[in-house]
Amino acid sequence: MRLVVPLQGVVQGRGGLILGSLIPCALYYFLQFYLKRRRSPPPPPPSSPRSPSTSSVNLADLPRSSSRLSLSTRGSIGRVHVSARASSIAKPNTSPYYIGLDRVRGDPYDPVQNPGGIIQLGLAENRLTLDLIEEWLSKHMNEAVLLGGVDGGLSISGIAPYQPSDGLMELKVVMAGFMTQVMGGTVSFNPSQLVLTCGATPAVEILSFCLADQGNAFLVPTPYYPGFDRDIKFRTGVELIPVHCRSSENFVPSIAALDQAFNQAKKRGQKVRGILITNPSNPVGNLLSREILYNLLDFARERNIHIISDEIYAGSVYGDEEFVSMAEILDSEDFDKDRVHIVYGVSKDLSLPGFRVGAIYSFNEYVLASSKKLARFSSISAPTQRILVSLLSDSGFVQDYLQTNKQRIRRLHDLFVLGLEQLGIESTKSSAGFYCWVNMSRLISPYNEKGELELWEKLLDIAKINVTPGSACHCIEPGWFRCCFTTLDDTDVGVVVDRIRNIVETCKSPA
Amino acid sequence: MGVEFEQQPSVELSKVAVSDTHGEDSPYFAGWKAYDEDPYDESRNPSGVIQMGLAENQVSFDLLEEYLEKHSEAASFGNKISSFRENALFQDYHGLQSFRKAMASFMEQIRGGRAKFDPDRVVITAGATAANELVTFILANPGDALLVPTPYYPGFDRDLRWRTGVNIVPVHCDSSNNFQITIQALEAAYADAVSKNIKVRGVLITNPSNPLGATIQRSVLEDILDFVISKNIHLVSDEIYSGSAFFSGEFVSIAEVLEARNYQDSERVHIVYSLSKDLGLPGFRVGTIYSYNDKVVTTARRMSSFTLISSQTQQLLASMLSDKDFTEKYIRINRERLKNRYHMIIDGLRNRGIECLEGNAGLFCWMNLSPLLKERKKESELALWKSILYEVKLNISPGSSCHCSEPGWFRVCFANMTERTLEIALQRIHDFMEIKKENDVQQQ
Repeated sequence: MRLVVPLQGVVQGRGGLILGSLIPCALYYFLQFYLKRRRSPPPPPPSSPRSPSTSSVNLADLPRSSSRLSLSTRGSIGRVHVSARASSIAKPNTSPYYIGLDRVRGDPYDPVQNPGGIIQLGLAENRLTLDLIEEWLSKHMNEAVLLGGVDGGLSISGIAPYQPSDGLMELKVVMAGFMTQVMGGTVSFNPSQLVLTCGATPAVEILSFCLADQGNAFLVPTPYYPGFDRDIKFRTGVELIPVHCRSSENFVPSIAALDQAFNQAKKRGQKVRGILITNPSNPVGNLLSREILYNLLDFARERNIHIISDEIYAGSVYGDEEFVSMAEILDSEDFDKDRVHIVYGVSKDLSLPGFRVGAIYSFNEYVLASSKKLARFSSISAPTQRILVSLLSDSGFVQDYLQTNKQRIRRLHDLFVLGLEQLGIESTKSSAGFYCWVNMSRLISPYNEKGELELWEKLLDIAKINVTPGSACHCIEPGWFRCCFTTLDDTDVGVVVDRIRNIVETCKSPA
Repeated sequence: MGVEFEQQPSVELSKVAVSDTHGEDSPYFAGWKAYDEDPYDESRNPSGVIQMGLAENQVSFDLLEEYLEKHSEAASFGNKISSFRENALFQDYHGLQSFRKAMASFMEQIRGGRAKFDPDRVVITAGATAANELVTFILANPGDALLVPTPYYPGFDRDLRWRTGVNIVPVHCDSSNNFQITIQALEAAYADAVSKNIKVRGVLITNPSNPLGATIQRSVLEDILDFVISKNIHLVSDEIYSGSAFFSGEFVSIAEVLEARNYQDSERVHIVYSLSKDLGLPGFRVGTIYSYNDKVVTTARRMSSFTLISSQTQQLLASMLSDKDFTEKYIRINRERLKNRYHMIIDGLRNRGIECLEGNAGLFCWMNLSPLLKERKKESELALWKSILYEVKLNISPGSSCHCSEPGWFRVCFANMTERTLEIALQRIHDFMEIKKENDVQQQ
């Protein structure tokens, strides 16, 4: 997953809520509360009796985790009010998605230093092909970095001053070229339809601000990336309406389900402004066919709503199927283009989440105009833009990278899936992304969310692996888990499979 | 209302998208457009518009370049494999520890060590623009208000209000006391908000002030702090020009006032900072929120996921800003150069009979052209502004775009050009004033 946010959310302390000794019911209740996603944020906390002043000197002396612990238990700090938005955001994370990430941070696996630690399978990060990028940068650093002066000398005056808020034109040109390359070359991306942002996270938020008002909603096929719940709702006040997809249809959205969701929303007076799809999908890893894309466009046109297509994994397709971008569909038909907006970035396909480079690609000039202005709150750092211009201009390298990366992901994917199959655990056939969508429903009891979360806890506490349970992705069918494998090597895969085997065996024998 | 489109878009956009709260239709930005269309260049376009409406610091680039030449490994991930990996993958919204430490120490250095900053309270954002917006999201609900002393930076209308839905209630200041903020003005603004049933959530000051180019006196800071305490509201101090005060001792940060009070009531105070002005690196997009309120820090951190700084930039700056020799030298020389520029322009203007507010900081001066106005009205000011833009070919910022209640004042930037260009600008003003004198004589 590409989520920036949760790596170090409010840490519940090292032991945290999820100690083996904690009663699962308490956690279950807590998670149910979160999962019901109460609409209105809680009222701002009443002013509490004066808390001891936290001078900066005191804070520096506190070890970090305990200061976080005191934050979460203390409730409101001081008497002065913060906004309702802030109050809801400041609450401790209750989603297993975030909790798991925190737990790994506190006890990360290392084959030598910490062989008993937790193996991270909950973060969609790709380390398999970093070596190629490293190599390129070490060869080209001097030209690439920062300062390409007139005579090749250092010149900061090129990158120091104010730049256009939506990105340098040179970067837009190469990004458009990169996207053309990644999406298969059948459609050409136009640099002037790009707005660049510091990551795909702000790109999605900016689009949400442009397309919907507070209280409106987007339809989102499930299961979906847990980060959307935060990224979209945090500040915009736009709601997400899950539209459930089923394993029987390979988790592909059905128009009938979208239609039903749209009508239900209408009945309760909620205005739907768009559909948000992720293609290739996260967490399932499948591709939407041409036909589905056409149908989605037809549906959007009939209802006069927008489509946001998050295509951030488009360059990480390792399967045999062909990836088709929304842009390609629009190109081939006389569709009304004003309603389609694509989100992209280099965090996944180039393994560079630290660079903070994302993009909005739209056919709607008004959306582009607004996004451009809003991009001032989320601009990319100029030196980073320069490096990326150099890197993406080397199309030979990019080609080589994309190809090698796909091969490596595929190899590890097959290894991982095989390992699970040997345990009798199936995954959906996925063609893209950094993860497998794994079916462990046989192992859960009861066959519901509670059972799923219990298994998740077992995997986390006993097997010491962090995976993302389907319920955190709003999956309607219990027992599915997203397992990211691109931070592992072959040996790690073996360790993971062994650890899961132990759990499988305990699930088979009665408690 | 709304942006002028030729036809209504077929599929609806949000209110935020069609609103004109971004303010880009105001004279402040119109002047920039005129500059973009006909930019001055010493050799290629010597009769073009000279940009004096952009508060950018270009006087100390050479110092930065010198540093980077000596320390090129800073920019290239330190040439270590492991640090490259960290760099490429690092996207933690806490920001690099080394960077936060370096920022905290740099902020301390600027304040001459008179205040301490805790790296764990530093929240990173992509620029002060984002920091101000973020802080507003956190402190106020849609429909609430922040009190902002006038004249203020025109960008606030957009940064504080557009997406947040928060209002700005102006706190009027005037030349009778050099535009200083008074308790009466604060109280009046507060009462005004209350009468309109608007909840005030805080006061936002810029210190040193933009556009005044002057630091806020300690006694005034104490008054403002007492005021926010009495109303139980927040105080945001945008100290983005703190390193651009000509004399280190003349700038008093709110942090110093708090420290003297032993941090009592500090949970309502938040400082915004950035490297765009003091280090002349606006392209890097580096801003911070420093808050004494734990909840605000936590919330700001999470929200900063929409506005992070690339890890590579963080790493580069961490090296640069923790090099105390470099920063000490930079801060000292930068102040000196800005002071000299300031005197150059003030003296040049005074020789033409134009007075400015006595300033001691920033990248601009606050010029008084009210004697030249036909009438003491905004319209006359704008007419004068237009003639300066199109006839004199200088883009300066009219006070009305900064919400100044007294017409005739203009902000004139002096640090975004060479000395030679500044001389030319002064020459053009000289010529303009000469013509004006002649016209006035003729009319008599």
